[in-house]
Amino acid sequence: MTKYRINKTRFVDQTKTVSFTFDGKKYHGFEGDTLASALLSNGIHLVGRSFKYHRPRGIMSCGSEEPNAICQINDNTDLTEPNVRATEIELYEGLKASSQNCWPSLNFDIGGINNLISPFIPAGFYYKTFMWPKSFWKKIYEPLIRLSAGLGKSPTQPDPDIYDHKHEHCDVLVIGGGISGIISAKIAAKNNLKTILIEDKNILGGSTIYQNNKNFIIDNKKSNEWLMNEISELEKLDNLIIKTRTSLAAFHSYNYLLAKENISDHLPLDKKNGSIRQRLWKIRADKVIVAAGAIERPLIFNNNDRPGIILANSVKKYLDFYGVSTGLNNIIFTNNDSAYETAVSLFEKGISVKIVDIRKKSSSNIVKYADELGIKIYWNSTVVNTFGYKKIKSIEIMNLSEDGSNVTGNKHKIQCDCLAISGGWTPMVHMHTQSGGKLDFREIDQVFVPSEKSENHINVGSCNGDFELEEIVKNTNNKVKKFLNINEGGFDKISVLCSKELEKKNIWLLPNTISESKTKSFIDFQNDSTAKDIKLALREGFKSIEHVKRYTTTGMATDQGKLSNMHALGIIADTAGVKMGSLGTTTFRPPFTPLTFGAIVGRSVGKFFDIVRKTSIHEWHVQNNAKFENVGQWKRPWYYPINNENLHEAVQRESKAARDSAGILDASTLGKIDIQGSDASEFLNRVYTNSWSKLGIGKCRYGLMLNEDGMVYDDGVTTRLGENHYLMTTTTGGAANVLSKLEDYLQTEWPELDVYLTSVTDHYSTASICGPNSKKILKKLFPNKDFSDEAFPHMSYQDAIIDEIECRIMRISFTGELSYEINVESKYGKSLWENCIAAGEEYKITPYGTETMHLLRAEKGFIIVGQDTDGTMTPIDLQMDWIVSKKKYDFIGKRSLYRSDTMREDRKQLVGLLTDDPNEILEEGAQIVSELDKKPVEMIGHVTSSYFSPNLNKSIALAVVKGGKKMNGQKLFVPMENKNINVTVSDFIFLDKDNKRINA
Amino acid sequence: MFVINCPYCGERDQSEFSCGGEAHIVRPKQPTELSDDEWAEYLFMRKNIKGVQFERWNHAHGCRKWFNMVRDTSNDKIHAVYKMGEKPPVI
Repeated sequence: MTKYRINKTRFVDQTKTVSFTFDGKKYHGFEGDTLASALLSNGIHLVGRSFKYHRPRGIMSCGSEEPNAICQINDNTDLTEPNVRATEIELYEGLKASSQNCWPSLNFDIGGINNLISPFIPAGFYYKTFMWPKSFWKKIYEPLIRLSAGLGKSPTQPDPDIYDHKHEHCDVLVIGGGISGIISAKIAAKNNLKTILIEDKNILGGSTIYQNNKNFIIDNKKSNEWLMNEISELEKLDNLIIKTRTSLAAFHSYNYLLAKENISDHLPLDKKNGSIRQRLWKIRADKVIVAAGAIERPLIFNNNDRPGIILANSVKKYLDFYGVSTGLNNIIFTNNDSAYETAVSLFEKGISVKIVDIRKKSSSNIVKYADELGIKIYWNSTVVNTFGYKKIKSIEIMNLSEDGSNVTGNKHKIQCDCLAISGGWTPMVHMHTQSGGKLDFREIDQVFVPSEKSENHINVGSCNGDFELEEIVKNTNNKVKKFLNINEGGFDKISVLCSKELEKKNIWLLPNTISESKTKSFIDFQNDSTAKDIKLALREGFKSIEHVKRYTTTGMATDQGKLSNMHALGIIADTAGVKMGSLGTTTFRPPFTPLTFGAIVGRSVGKFFDIVRKTSIHEWHVQNNAKFENVGQWKRPWYYPINNENLHEAVQRESKAARDSAGILDASTLGKIDIQGSDASEFLNRVYTNSWSKLGIGKCRYGLMLNEDGMVYDDGVTTRLGENHYLMTTTTGGAANVLSKLEDYLQTEWPELDVYLTSVTDHYSTASICGPNSKKILKKLFPNKDFSDEAFPHMSYQDAIIDEIECRIMRISFTGELSYEINVESKYGKSLWENCIAAGEEYKITPYGTETMHLLRAEKGFIIVGQDTDGTMTPIDLQMDWIVSKKKYDFIGKRSLYRSDTMREDRKQLVGLLTDDPNEILEEGAQIVSELDKKPVEMIGHVTSSYFSPNLNKSIALAVVKGGKKMNGQKLFVPMENKNINVTVSDFIFLDKDNKRINA
Repeated sequence: MFVINCPYCGERDQSEFSCGGEAHIVRPKQPTELSDDEWAEYLFMRKNIKGVQFERWNHAHGCRKWFNMVRDTSNDKIHAVYKMGEKPPVI
């Protein structure tokens, strides 16, 4: 045993040695230790440097509220993890930890100079200082700040660990495995309710499990012994799931909770064996019992941050739970009775301890007992200073004045190697408020406690403001019985003896002889904000707690102000002279403790990140060297390079081939909606801008769909398959939204219409063959069919059979070429495609992708919704007046086309652009101006589509320009980074305006 | 994350639903008769109440049915769900 491992406990197995390294040096601890307890057992307090002033900092607590002992775990590039609290990580063989925020080393940190110049870096220093000169920001200030900012190092390689998600439902969820949680879980489970008990530590019992004091007796047993017995009974219950190492992350409405379970973090490296690292539980509970406990408050006095200054109850836990003494010459500084338990524990183990209490007296049993033991108590005293740079060596105390606002008498210096502080307790109301609960302020001991009763959750134990053992046990029993509507709780006749605190006193900022500006009384230890920073913020006019918090950064560190928020509020209230309850609190947001990204995403990584949709022809594209692009969730062939062609070269070849002979496109991804019902024609009349009543069976028509605001929403060709039967196509990306919008109108506005919509996008595969030779290829595929213009004109459809398989052929065109689309059931898609390729071989049929499709349609001046439109374009803006029916009384969006704003003539309108240099290709998205010298530059439009057309042998572009309709022939400019490109406004149909090719 | 009682399917997780905004705004039968202001009132103006609000919801990843719901936006308490076309309850 080391000098500081002075006690044997049942929680740490001192027969099992575990070795670990800290800052490269090897140490030993035992199984059951945390990194913090193992470091303390080796006499190490100094574990980090503070964020702003780089002051030496030591371990201060034993739980998730730890502000100082923040470590980097592991040193490999993929598994290293920053900002891990040493108080929360269980020791395992081979653990490598190092301190953060210090350079070149923990013991000698150059940043420590910030401590000396601290009078010059008050709250808001960065906001005030780096404002000027402006030119210094980019080259000097920002790089310097970035160099010194941040905590720890991120891994540089992908996380190799596996994370998991799991859904769970239960009747009762109990959060927290301390005494009140154990009582609650037992009552619930014994009454046949499916119960889950979660506890963030590795064993149940909270702080009672190591209480071991004869002043705290339950049913004639010491409280810890009684609780151990309860736990072993609890473990026998069938309908109770106990989840240790599981911390609640979030408590959402309707009792939906997230909890993170650590599965393998505590195992030695060689035993993790690819096991899941963490699991995120998504729990829907009928009833929730919060038993989250309370966190001890520090006291705020000058130099209250030295290594060796530790929360009093943590000192007790290190001693009675881990068997480690945090010091051999201790002083306890307190304003309440709970710290006396620590004093008694230390004394009983033969360790020197004295007490400084700000109260004038206390007449409780535990204080009397400490007094009887002969422990020296300095009443009505406060610590005014501490000494020792890397570890506390001594303190100075003074007497308090009558009202506690000042100090009197002489300074008295006392030597020590550990100062245990206790400023009372703060109930953990985070869960309660996350779920929407409100808080009340309780004046007598200055705590916020849950108010407002919810039907679906309650708070019990110290998180409800019950701090004394008798209150905790009896109130928990009664509250849970009532909440779960149970008559017999099982703890109804329990007898509890405990010490009761009668005298209470609290001073948020303890007085001092020296002026405040010369003190460093830390409130937020992690972000280095002090009492004087808060007061400065108030002097500078900040009033709201939320503003003071952000200006001083109090409570904004990774501990989310668990130790600091109450003191910040208290000092604001005292300084501003208002009641604390009237200030409100800052918002408690999930997660309660930081979550790993891994736990949040779970298994949804890599190929499981999103769904990938592939057409039935996909394999052929892969075999033929296609490059793919993502369109929504679909993988679409983008282009098919041959012999190392780049995108441009491939697209030029494919585009030329499609116009000169034949091209083939996989159009299966287009959205398809099957529309049936006796009112189908009327329905189409209402949702499209043009008229559908007279469309003959077997004919196709292009339709434009608007939003009710008159803006273009989607487009596509719809085919009339029968009297009451249509097949609508939509854009690939818009399919789901269009269906949803149509359903909305059908169900809510026009329920009288007899119309049924079915998404059939996945049902059919489509091969689209275009080009002057397409008709010949179709004839080879369907030798019995008459493809003459009279028998099978443009914009019509026919049923056909290929290889005994039924298919539909639509003669429609998105390229401006003679073009046929063949649809078959999806499972035959690949065979259809291969037949088409074989039939087209003699015409050098060329597969083309989406890029060539875009180029071909741009030559013809066809828009793509979402590329040439952006939700602000009406059909009139697109110069598509021809498709807007004047005769129809109404359709979606019609009225909006006559709003004064949509009728403005200077709206952005679709035009063509030709560059003066025909080889210059504009960038899509580039801005367009009419006057280069005008300042500020007036941007009158932007380029929406731009290509080099191999068929016209020049660059072409589509653009939207203010008042563009009337600008044909006008010269405009496209200013780029290094040059201005001269362009001329043109017709946006560049090729075959009189449709000779389509009708060929 | 609420639990919503779909009038067609029963209780389901909120993730299956999408919200369609304020309920009981009827599309005018004769839009051409309306002034710009009247049309804009229908098109753009929506309440954003802190408190009890009548909303349209769609069981998008379920039966795809639209229905109405009365929800208190300040605490997410759902007071009622009812089918399209049914009379709104008095809350």
